[in-house]
This record gives sequence, structure tokens and C-alpha cells, in this order.
Amino acid sequence: MAYSDKVLDHYNHPRNVGSMDKSDSAVGTGMVGAPECGDVMKLQIKVNPLTGIIDDAKFKTFGCGSAIASSSLATEWLKGKTVDEALAIKNTDIVNELALPPVKIHCSVLAEDAIKAAITDYKVKQGADVAALAQAH
Amino acid sequence: MKPIYFDNHATTQLDPRVLQAMLPYFTDMFGNSASRNHAYGWEAEEAVEKSRGQIASLIGANSKEIVFTSGATESNNLAIKGVAEMYAEKGNHIITAATEHKAVLDTCKHLEKKGCRVTYLPVMGDGRIDLEMLQSAITDKTILISIMYANNEIGVLQPIAEIGKLAKERGVLFHTDAVQAVGKVPVNVISDNIDLMSITAHKMYGPKGVGALYVRRKGPRVQLTAQLDGGGHERGMRSGTLNVPGIVGLGEACAIAKAEMAEEAKKLSGMRDRLRAKFEAALDEVFINGSMEHRLPHNLNMSFAYVEGESLLMGINDIAVSSGSACTSATLEPSYVLKALGLGDDMAHTSIRFGLGRFNTDAEVDYVADKLISVVKKLRELSPLYEMVKEGIDLSKVQWTAH
Repeated sequence: MAYSDKVLDHYNHPRNVGSMDKSDSAVGTGMVGAPECGDVMKLQIKVNPLTGIIDDAKFKTFGCGSAIASSSLATEWLKGKTVDEALAIKNTDIVNELALPPVKIHCSVLAEDAIKAAITDYKVKQGADVAALAQAH
Repeated sequence: MKPIYFDNHATTQLDPRVLQAMLPYFTDMFGNSASRNHAYGWEAEEAVEKSRGQIASLIGANSKEIVFTSGATESNNLAIKGVAEMYAEKGNHIITAATEHKAVLDTCKHLEKKGCRVTYLPVMGDGRIDLEMLQSAITDKTILISIMYANNEIGVLQPIAEIGKLAKERGVLFHTDAVQAVGKVPVNVISDNIDLMSITAHKMYGPKGVGALYVRRKGPRVQLTAQLDGGGHERGMRSGTLNVPGIVGLGEACAIAKAEMAEEAKKLSGMRDRLRAKFEAALDEVFINGSMEHRLPHNLNMSFAYVEGESLLMGINDIAVSSGSACTSATLEPSYVLKALGLGDDMAHTSIRFGLGRFNTDAEVDYVADKLISVVKKLRELSPLYEMVKEGIDLSKVQWTAH
């Protein structure tokens, strides 16, 4: 399969690889996917408590090149956004940016799920009601 | 620069000596081997008969027992459907194995719709069938056992001589898809009690589009219902004008294999073992899939745990290999062969098949090993699974959000 230049660039030079302290109250961690399905994404955000802006984002991904690129791109987009702005990122934005073919759309869906999971985790740590969050999403 | 070719189970490069043997039959000697009344036909027929002899000599057969086909898919179809139809009055039960090639499995599935009963034997963890299970699967309705000689993904050799002996004792015909084995390891239809055997040229440095089916003529005399109607070529078993240049190529490929197989197998197994040793010295959590003891000399199939196969292939795009990962298959399912060994989907996703061949060099083995090791290390830096395992987390106990 031929990959787009942007997928190749993220695969060859992944942005923001790494891990942050899961127990830090300013850090939200999202882990989605399953090894049996061939992809697992871990995405973390660190939110500045004063401004509400995502200061840092990190990822680690087990998966195909498109899954790696989708999560790498997500971390780039997350930095500098508020939590609410981050929630507006859609998987179709990732599909368009990376020119993902139809068989790889699930990679972008996984990345969107990872963003939402990380934000939910952060909000729960801030004392939000989990049930209310689930409804809001 | 073209990638280094380590995918010799998919196909092999045509040997230049084979090409030289074929060339005259595309031009000057273009006759139809079935033309009985002029020199063009005679020289084509002579070439076909020479090839039949070369093939027979490699596998311990008589040249009259070789039926030319378009390749192994056709040979497998002809053997299995041909027996099922010819021996329908005797019985309707076929025994095969879960790790067979699709050309066998899908042919059997087709016959199930036509009223045959098929037993798909499971394999053990090393990829081999259990002979006791085979024995107890045979009934008085069993007409055919079809078990491959060597597997195309994991290179595991089945206990062919034992299966042949058992089939003979029970009066059941024995077919083997031997495309990966012929020309690579010694194959003898007499000592192995094989009744039908599929061969293809392009897996043994011959051309694509030509193969053969060995059909035993005595003890027992195997009969087949033809699957193509026409001029009654090949003793009525396979009509169609013969592909003379292709057949010449197949014969030459067999002659070269017969002369060079022993030395070549030694060289390739040495290269394979060095490749494996390099991986195991540099990386933790790598696993061999299938038996090392009963294996083709040129095959290595390894799982590089916590690194997904397609992403690994992407990092080694100057090397041609294949993966059992779902993402690299047309069906988006991980390898059914690896799953049959009892591997979880997670390990099947991380597998790479290396198929060494006649034209590979030691320098290529070193390059492939070093490149793969560096890409696996890089991708493990990216792998949340590898990180978790290093933290002491048992991945089987994690609640995953399957999608």
C-alpha cells in the first residue's frame, strides 16, 4: 500500500512520543484499542490549571503506520488548545489531513476516541461527574 | 534501488539458466506438442517429454505419472475435485488440515456444498498434525487425505512418510500440496507413499503459470475425473494445448534443483540460523512460530512482540518480506495459519515471514538483521504495550476497549 507523504513524515519523525506521570492531577490519560485488534493508542494531555490550555501532549501507539501518524498528529493539534477546543477535533479532520484511505479510517476514529478518553480522565481528576460527562459526549 | 528480496515463499526469481532453456521455445521451436505429423510438433513433444523426465527424476516418479497444469492451484483443484468425483461411489469423506493453502481449503469447502464431508484437522503448537487424530478421523467413507508437505507461512514439514504409510494401510488416497518443498528438500513419492502431488515452477526458480500434478499409475492406479473438457491431452486428465516454454522451464528448474539442492539447503539453513541468532541476541521478546526441527531450510517466521507487523514493514521498505498482520492481508484478518498454532491475534499481528532463496547473500542477511533490529527498537520506544510490559503489567489482565 502506498502511504501519503504526511503519514510517512509522522511515521519517520513521530512528534511528542513519550509518557507523562499518570497520577499527576493535571494529566489526563486515554488508552484505547486492543492488542488483538492490532492497535492500541495511549494519549496523554497536560493542562495548565490557570489557563485551562493543553500545555503538553504525548503519545505511544502500537499499530500500523496510519495509526502512529493519526496519534502523532493528534498530539500536535492538542497543544495550545483549551479542553473544549480539543473536544471539537473530529476523526474526519485527521482523515483529511493525512489523506487516509478508507481501510485506515478506523485509525482516525481511534485517535478521536483517545483524545476524548484523555479529556474525560482529566475532567474526572478535576472532580467532574463521570455520568454527566458520558452524557455530554 | 530495488528492495532486498526475502519473500521466496511467495515466488522466486527465474534462474537465468532456466530462462536460457526456455527461450528457443518462444521463437524457433514454437510447435504444438500435440501436432503429430510434422517436425514442429515433434520437437515440441520431445522437449515436453524431456521435462516430464526431469520432474519425475527429482521426485522419484515415472515420467508417465506427470500431468502438466497451469500451476499448483489448478493441480490442487484437479487432485481433490478429480478424486471426489471419480471415487464418489466409494465414499464422500475428505481429510485435510487447518493450515493448508486456500487452494486446498476452498476446494474442500466447494466440495462440502456438493455433498462431501470434510474433516479439517487442527495442528499442534509446532504446526504439525497429530497422527493419532488423523488415524481416528479415517472412516470407511474416507476417500482422500490431503495434507501439505511444507507450510507456506511457517515452513513446517508435516510427517509425510507416516501419513503416506497410514493412508496406504487404510486404502485411502493421499494427496500432498508440495509446492514449497519440491526442489528444497528431498521428496520421494515412492518412499513417502504419495498418490497425488502438486508442484509449481515459480516457487523453485522457474516461470509462473506452469505446474504439474503427480498421479500414481500403479499400486494403486489413481484415476481422476477431468475438470476441463477438450482435446483429451495429458492422458485425458487435463485438456489444453501444453505451455511448452513453461514446461521446459519447469523441467530445467527441477534438473538444477536435483543437482544443487543438498548444497543449497545447507547454505540457506546456515543463513537462516544466523538471521535468527542475530535477532535473538539483540532483542528480547521475540518468538519463533512453528517447529524449528521439522522445517524448510530457508524459512524463518518470527513474532516481534509489541510491534505491529505493518508498521514494521513500513520501516523496512527496502526489504521485501511479508507479515501475518491483519493490516497486510486482503481480508483484514490476521494469519489463520498462525492462529491455528494457538497464537493469539496479538502475536499474529507482530509476525514476519522471511523466505531465503538461491540469490540471497550473507551481506544481505547482515543488512536485513541490522535494519530490522533498529526498526523494532524504534517502534518499541513508541509501543505502549512494550512500556507496560517493562513496568511489569500483565497485558492479559488489562481491560481493553475493543473496537
